[in-house]
Amino acid sequence: MYKIVRKRVLNPTVTQMEIAAPLVARKAKPGQFIILRADSEGERIPLTVAGTNPEEGTVKIIFQIVGGTTELLNHKEEGGYIEDFVGPLGKPTHTDGIKKVCIVGGGVGCAIAMPVAQEFHRLGADVTSIIGFRSKDLLILEDEFKECSNTLHVMTDDGSYAHQGNVTVPLKEMLESGKEFDMVITIGPLIMMKFVVAAAKPFNVPVTVSMNPIMIDGTGMCGCCRLTLTEDGQRVTKFACVDGPDFNGYEVDFDEAMSRGRMYFDYERHAHEETCNLFKGVK
Amino acid sequence: MAKANMRLDKNPMPTQDPLVRARNFNEVAMGYSEEAALDEAARCLNCKNMPCVSGCPVNIHIPAFIEKVKEGDFEGAYQVIAKTSSLPAVCGRVCPQETQCEMHCVRGKKGEPVGIGRLERFVADWHNEHNTDTVTKPASNGHRVAIVGSGPSGLTCAGDLAKNGCQVTVYEALHTAGGVLVYGIPEFRLPKSIVAKEVATLKALGVDIETNVIIGRTLTIDELFEMGFEAVFIGSGAGLPNFMNIPGESLKGVYSANEYLTRSNLMKAYLDDPKTPIMKGGRVAVVGGGNVAMDAARTALRLGAEKVYIVYRRSMEELPARREEVEHAEEEGIDFRLLCNPVEILGYHNAENPRDPKNGFVTGIRCVRMELGEPDASGRRRPVPIEGSEFELEVDTVVMSIGTSPNPLIKSTTKGLEVNRRGGIIVNENGLSSREKVYAGGDAVTGAATVISAMGAGKTAAKAILEALSK
Repeated sequence: MYKIVRKRVLNPTVTQMEIAAPLVARKAKPGQFIILRADSEGERIPLTVAGTNPEEGTVKIIFQIVGGTTELLNHKEEGGYIEDFVGPLGKPTHTDGIKKVCIVGGGVGCAIAMPVAQEFHRLGADVTSIIGFRSKDLLILEDEFKECSNTLHVMTDDGSYAHQGNVTVPLKEMLESGKEFDMVITIGPLIMMKFVVAAAKPFNVPVTVSMNPIMIDGTGMCGCCRLTLTEDGQRVTKFACVDGPDFNGYEVDFDEAMSRGRMYFDYERHAHEETCNLFKGVK
Repeated sequence: MAKANMRLDKNPMPTQDPLVRARNFNEVAMGYSEEAALDEAARCLNCKNMPCVSGCPVNIHIPAFIEKVKEGDFEGAYQVIAKTSSLPAVCGRVCPQETQCEMHCVRGKKGEPVGIGRLERFVADWHNEHNTDTVTKPASNGHRVAIVGSGPSGLTCAGDLAKNGCQVTVYEALHTAGGVLVYGIPEFRLPKSIVAKEVATLKALGVDIETNVIIGRTLTIDELFEMGFEAVFIGSGAGLPNFMNIPGESLKGVYSANEYLTRSNLMKAYLDDPKTPIMKGGRVAVVGGGNVAMDAARTALRLGAEKVYIVYRRSMEELPARREEVEHAEEEGIDFRLLCNPVEILGYHNAENPRDPKNGFVTGIRCVRMELGEPDASGRRRPVPIEGSEFELEVDTVVMSIGTSPNPLIKSTTKGLEVNRRGGIIVNENGLSSREKVYAGGDAVTGAATVISAMGAGKTAAKAILEALSK
């Protein structure tokens, strides 16, 4: 059992928790993820590490309430416990030799982008961050990004806060005006990452994407998280849990990944409703 | 001594009716009654040279335990088995006895061999049901050993070390101990309550089991030594599932056998209202001919499939699964499409409506018929495609059960640990790897093999570790 040391509501659908998991806290690096089970009958879900406090032995996670498990997790309170918490999994984000980086986060993906931006900031890189949300209500982590970015662009789809438009708008503007990056790192909805890759392509900027497919064990055993890359003209199968989660954005087959991500869509929606109804009953 | 029972055939194993069991997850084989066990035990000739023992990877004193059964001393029989085996109730169910102990049985020369496996299972179940003695923790010898993985090799190694007084910690990556015994082998062949009982026995012996720790990530092998462990045994299992690299393998509805079985077994997706989803019902094709393929096919039936195919590229003669499993599968109505090889998995694609929710789901599998040519490196006749013989099977789910490749996680984080061309950890005859004090066994060394051979490797390593520690 793993204790919920702190809980903070970031917006109506996104929650942050700090979980006591000393071994994971000591090891986890930006870009890696954990797998948890909320209760003893629960499913295993992957969540990217949003920060660690090795001295205190805690790991920060940020999740959006989308299905049964995240709904259940959100009903747990500070001082409560979650059943299983294992990690760190996946390879850390590659930082060597990157002096000028552009971090592009979308929605709850900003939670994953944040520790990556912080790490580059700590390493002395020039950090440009672009964070995008559907609307003002869904904005998260603006202060945290301000602190670790040399330049920050905040975007909302509906223009209800900061600049109106999606994250590719400032990216394109910067690239067109001659701004150079050693690497663009993007984390968010698949469709957003696909467009970030498309926006960067004419400028030949390397793009790293952080994939978050459906997983079970997270150690390479099940193959559920597989995606297809095109490497040197060859289509190859990779496992996000052991080969990733970061991949070269130009090689990923996003359409396939989007299709696979919807495999249990109906099931998830049903499970979420069931869990919501369950809690309504309790109250 | 009582006169031996010279009947030629084994006492049959009582099983659930095929049509009933094909729709439930209860155990297929129901086990011998006391009467059947006594009758079967009487068929053993108690040979002086014990040929059967030479066929057992963990050297169970088979004639000795069967003698105890003859006397009606079932607990005594259990004690004989427990001397060398840490998991009797498991082995009695999943060992391929026909190619091990029973293959060497003198009675098999004329008629059927003694049903050693069935007797072992009877004895283990009798013990689990009747025994009330609690296992006592042996006196400590002061040595600490870490085990990586709680599958059959790790549990066996842990058990043997603990019985000799070592303080053993087993690290398991998943949330439940048991490895392939809990994520891979289905409930209807090996009830999880039995695995849990064997694990509980080990805990009573003083074995500490730490779940949710991935060696190679959460901790490294080097850190285990820094923590004061004097030896490490790696029994981390097979690893990454293979795919065929044919078009359509990323469609929704295509699973690796590992994923399919893990969802159903470990995550309990077979329950009526599971927290972890799995595609149930419809038509299912399982590609491959091993025991895992049989498990996947029979799981599909029990999940409610209306039709289940096994697609295998060679003939029944080469099919590697245990005969008993194949027979059970056939009785339950699995349709074997032999000498067939998939060339493409077909999916739904509505060109008019990209938002059609059916888009990207499997609709069928295209196969080519095969014929057997000259023998290949494995000595089996090589299957060759027959030109123009392609055909399609209409299915909703495809399960790829064509083996695994070793997991690179430990190798990539452990300096000096050598692996072979296929990625298996290289060990000597004592299970010692290229790293001092690091031992390995089971599928991590051999690639996919049997539960009992993994147990044998765990046992060999435990013996070597005890010898090394006593120096």
